Amino acid sequence: MKILVCISNVPDTTTKVKFKEGDSLFDDSGVQWIINPWDELALTRAMELKEDAGNSVNEICVIHVGGASADATLRKALAIGADKAVRIDACPADAYHVAGQIAEYLKENPFDIIFSGIESSDYNGSSVGAMIAEFMDYPGISSVTSVNLDDDDIQVNRAIPGGKQVLKTETPFVAVVQKGIAMEPRIPSMRGIMMARKKPLEVKPAAELEVLTESIKFELPQEKGACKMIDSESAEQLVDLLKNEAKVL
Amino acid sequence: MSVIAFAKNWNGKFKNSSFELVSYTKALANQLNTNMVVLSIGEVAEEELKLLGNYGADKVLTVSDPQLNTLTSRAYADIVAKAAESVGAEVIVLSDNNSGKAIAPRVSVKLKAGLVAAVQELPVSFEPFVVKKRVFSGKAFGHVQIKSDKKVLTIAKNCFGLLEASCVVAIEEFVVDIDTSLFKVKIVEEEEQKDKVILSDADVVVSAGRGMRSPENWAPVEELAEVLGAATACSRPVSDEGWRGHEEHVGQTGKVIAPNLYIAAGISGAIQHVAGISRSKCIVAINTDPEAPIFGVADYGIVGDVMDVLPRLAEAFRNSKS
Repeated sequence: MKILVCISNVPDTTTKVKFKEGDSLFDDSGVQWIINPWDELALTRAMELKEDAGNSVNEICVIHVGGASADATLRKALAIGADKAVRIDACPADAYHVAGQIAEYLKENPFDIIFSGIESSDYNGSSVGAMIAEFMDYPGISSVTSVNLDDDDIQVNRAIPGGKQVLKTETPFVAVVQKGIAMEPRIPSMRGIMMARKKPLEVKPAAELEVLTESIKFELPQEKGACKMIDSESAEQLVDLLKNEAKVL
Repeated sequence: MSVIAFAKNWNGKFKNSSFELVSYTKALANQLNTNMVVLSIGEVAEEELKLLGNYGADKVLTVSDPQLNTLTSRAYADIVAKAAESVGAEVIVLSDNNSGKAIAPRVSVKLKAGLVAAVQELPVSFEPFVVKKRVFSGKAFGHVQIKSDKKVLTIAKNCFGLLEASCVVAIEEFVVDIDTSLFKVKIVEEEEQKDKVILSDADVVVSAGRGMRSPENWAPVEELAEVLGAATACSRPVSDEGWRGHEEHVGQTGKVIAPNLYIAAGISGAIQHVAGISRSKCIVAINTDPEAPIFGVADYGIVGDVMDVLPRLAEAFRNSKS
């Protein structure tokens, strides 16, 4: 069984977000880039599935749509343990375009399970995974909190409001994963980092595909007013403010 | 040209998010000078469908096949796309919830309709069609233009509110050929908490962090939640330690919520936590440390010991009711 993990290259969580060129572009100067946290958890789960002796997972490939500046992040994915990395050399202009590029790759290179993080921490589109499923006409499950393989039996947990569902499905399918898919992201070992240098990182040209949306500009949120401090003995005052001023009670 | 909204139901009932969606779509249709249609999938009683009229719906298409009572994303996406085509919809709107995230991207690909998820408000402009959404996990807003003729939007919870109206609803069964071969995903088991307020739906949330010092100290949190009719939540370290269940974890990699009121007790306010709560209408912070970052995002704050303050708040609220 082969697993494909879609990887987004995102700014580290503590990045102070700034824009340039009349607020039309993200200012990436000094930014530390990381694997999108949910994609990292997805890769971790893929590794766990491969390491479980009972499963027949024999290859984990990571794929990214973007420019060469993402290669360091892809090497990190290889260091975590992916067998190979593929970068589609295209601008990840919108989710439709990214999903379409990955689908073009999948048409030539089929995989049994495709993992995608629920969203990327930069543009929060939450679309690529399900779009890939639609482009490929595959079953897709969203809000996935666990994937288990028991020989050929695939068991997937999906989060629903206030609970969960246990689902069965067949390959090939897309799992759009969220928190719970793995407990902690795997940290690459020294050996993993050394071996990553020798693993293949294939760069493929972009396919001719449309882009349906365009980012026009960005805006920073308005500064929030100062916090109104209330004395710890004056609970009644707070309740009154919540009822009559904030009107939330 | 019209606008269509897909209003999800849960066990035959709509939630506030469904009504908010109808309110938003009605306002959007008015701005576009066109009509709107609401689509419902699964068995929903007529009286329940008529509730959509209280938020501006005058036409509802219903697909009441019981096989479709639970979300099967491919089948639902297929129906949404067909309904959109049948009414000649230019804009298709869904809620940004678990089902919206599963369906909207599929509809986008089916109809080659540009999608923007978790939109914050009505479009900024119509020609070009530009909408505003949160980016960088809540640190900024992005203005995105949808260039395709057809457009798909999902709206962020609690971004718009409910606009009451009183419309007479014309209900029509939408006949569609459902291809059961699309049902490759089968539900084997389902677990749903029945006794507690569901966190993702809650208007009021009482959340606590490591400042509670021990899992034994949670009674004041639960008591306040009960008095307020609120859901309980927690910060990541608390769920990682196993003090509370993972489903309570609110934050960037946990649940992102948008309640009317979020009370953060003994939570320092790390960036990752704030990413999960910044769209709350009102945030109250209780912490012994006056420098805690949470006070930078809170509307009201109390510097004090949670073990004293929480019971006082519960008492004050109880008294205010009588």
